[in-house]
Amino acid sequence: MSEAILEVRDLCKHFPMGKSGWRNSQQTWLKAVDGVSFDLHRGQTLGLVGESGCGKSTCARTIVGLYPPTSGSIRFEGNDLGSLSARGWAPYRRKIQMIFQDPFASLDPRQTVGSILTEPMAIHKLGKPRERRLRSMQLLEAVGLNPRHLYRYPHEFSGGQRQRIGIARALALEPEVIICDEPVSALDVSIQAQVINLLGELQERFNLAYLFIAHDLAVVRHICQRVAVMYLGRVVEVADRDTLFANPSHPYTRSLLSAVPDVDPEVESVRQRIVLRGDVPSPLTPPSGCTFHPRCPEREQVPGERCSVEVPLLQGSGSGDQQRTCHLDT
Amino acid sequence: MALLDVNDLRVRFETHHGTVRAVDGVSFSLDEGETLGLVGESGSGKSVTNLGIMGLVPSPPGVVEAGHVLLEGRDLVQMSDAQLRSVRGNEVSMIFQDPMTSLNPLLTVERQLTEVLELHRNMTRAEARRAAAKGLDEVGIPEPERRLEQYPHELSGGMRQRVMIAMGLLCEPKLLLADEPTTALDVTIQAQILELMKDLQERRGTAIILVTHDLGVVAGMADRVHVMYAGRLVETGPIGSLFKDPRHPYTRGLLQSVPRLTGDPDVPLSSIPGQPPDLAALPPGCSFAPRCSFVQPTCELDRPDLARLPSDEARSSACFENENLPAKADQ
Repeated sequence: MSEAILEVRDLCKHFPMGKSGWRNSQQTWLKAVDGVSFDLHRGQTLGLVGESGCGKSTCARTIVGLYPPTSGSIRFEGNDLGSLSARGWAPYRRKIQMIFQDPFASLDPRQTVGSILTEPMAIHKLGKPRERRLRSMQLLEAVGLNPRHLYRYPHEFSGGQRQRIGIARALALEPEVIICDEPVSALDVSIQAQVINLLGELQERFNLAYLFIAHDLAVVRHICQRVAVMYLGRVVEVADRDTLFANPSHPYTRSLLSAVPDVDPEVESVRQRIVLRGDVPSPLTPPSGCTFHPRCPEREQVPGERCSVEVPLLQGSGSGDQQRTCHLDT
Repeated sequence: MALLDVNDLRVRFETHHGTVRAVDGVSFSLDEGETLGLVGESGSGKSVTNLGIMGLVPSPPGVVEAGHVLLEGRDLVQMSDAQLRSVRGNEVSMIFQDPMTSLNPLLTVERQLTEVLELHRNMTRAEARRAAAKGLDEVGIPEPERRLEQYPHELSGGMRQRVMIAMGLLCEPKLLLADEPTTALDVTIQAQILELMKDLQERRGTAIILVTHDLGVVAGMADRVHVMYAGRLVETGPIGSLFKDPRHPYTRGLLQSVPRLTGDPDVPLSSIPGQPPDLAALPPGCSFAPRCSFVQPTCELDRPDLARLPSDEARSSACFENENLPAKADQ
């Protein structure tokens, strides 16, 4: 396997949430991301999945420098990004770009497509205005839009087309890593498939590495080589795609996979869903020990009070480089 | 007699860009205890169909142009507002997609739940409170008495959707219109809510119209499915045979573009080329013709009507090429 282009180690992002206790002496923290580690390899896609509030978007925003990390390190080609000032970030911004979920909110409605695409190049002083315009036309072509649409405004495009503009903008600076934060969840199925295929083509063409954040496991299966599952700010399982989908080892991953509806009514009529009890607990007051234990369907199989007391570590389980945080069979 | 008979429902909106026919001649019927899935992409008219049935189309700009909605023989379209109010929330109720915006943030859960009971059942406050607590218990909310005191913002998304469902079922309606009831929820919570709806339906025999864009949800819930495109029904039939062998090219394209947990993940997904149509400027022929891979010259001139399939009486499809489509390759 190629060397890692992005190495994230023990990343934490805690938000201060107001004070409590005697004379407000107790600071409460919302631990949105609490010790996340992974490697992203050149030309590969790592999926980061989990339910709303599990910290996957905060993780993405911390990696691109939108939030300063509380602790931990983010290394891009060996250089630590976490300690950089805004100015120090500039050369890396070119290399790490982001695609957002909502194609309606992430494009400035008062800018033309041309100005949306040339702005990043102007900020980074790439080329002359003429060259920038030419390049933005090539970008539009690369994402399957008509280069003549350079002078149109975002409202003249449909949702899927807008998402293509967002992708073209991310490509403008020739990045090596693109963080995709739920890039297809706001799109209709027929359009979603177009955009997933487009992301795949662009990855091959420009040798891009994607960190692909999503809650839809079926989408993740189609685009990622490796998948990390998050729950309440921590990675609970990470494995190769085929291993994870064929042989999930964490009870949470198993229940997530069993909850994905299938379009085949025959499959649906015989399936046994693992229905979890209750809701995701508040990250302000996470459960003790393993944070999944109050909802875990397999907790009875671990003797004693271990699950509610001892925090499980991310360690190898079964085959190859599959890792999970769980006390089962340990 | 069918519980609900919708006949040639037409709803149009007058907009700056021209007249939009959001629902353009939709007809179907529904029996007691049956679940009908109404599927389609954004803008296909599935939600407006539901609003049309409930008499809730915002006017202006919306106009219900024509059609009948017969509930046990009584026409909801012809009813006065006062008559409609006695039907809504009582015999027919509705669950909306986003429980945060469809619950009143200023009222406690108790107030929102007891309102329908006081209105339709002439209950006293105390009786209504007991019934509301029982309703919350039925949808699996722990400590219902405590929840009654709370405001919507104090509840999680899944909890709010349960409150919506409890509210919808309080008066034991004959028909429940569920508009994307699980779209805003996470998969594990979605699984809980779908199990709950199935369970309640079995116990009470409520008929459900389930509006959704999620074909997987429909596959698990519905008895029959109706596919909408650009304001019209393009294919209808029992869920099993329709999903197994879709006859309309749009249904086929839609089913094939859904990513699944089975099959080869390295094969690119098949997608429907092009963009959804602009409803204010529909082509004269079949609305799907510009995106269809089986298109023939006639498709661009004439609009095909929904017609029964000769091979299967229970199914209909609106396509000239129904009989000429190649057999669906096994996936």
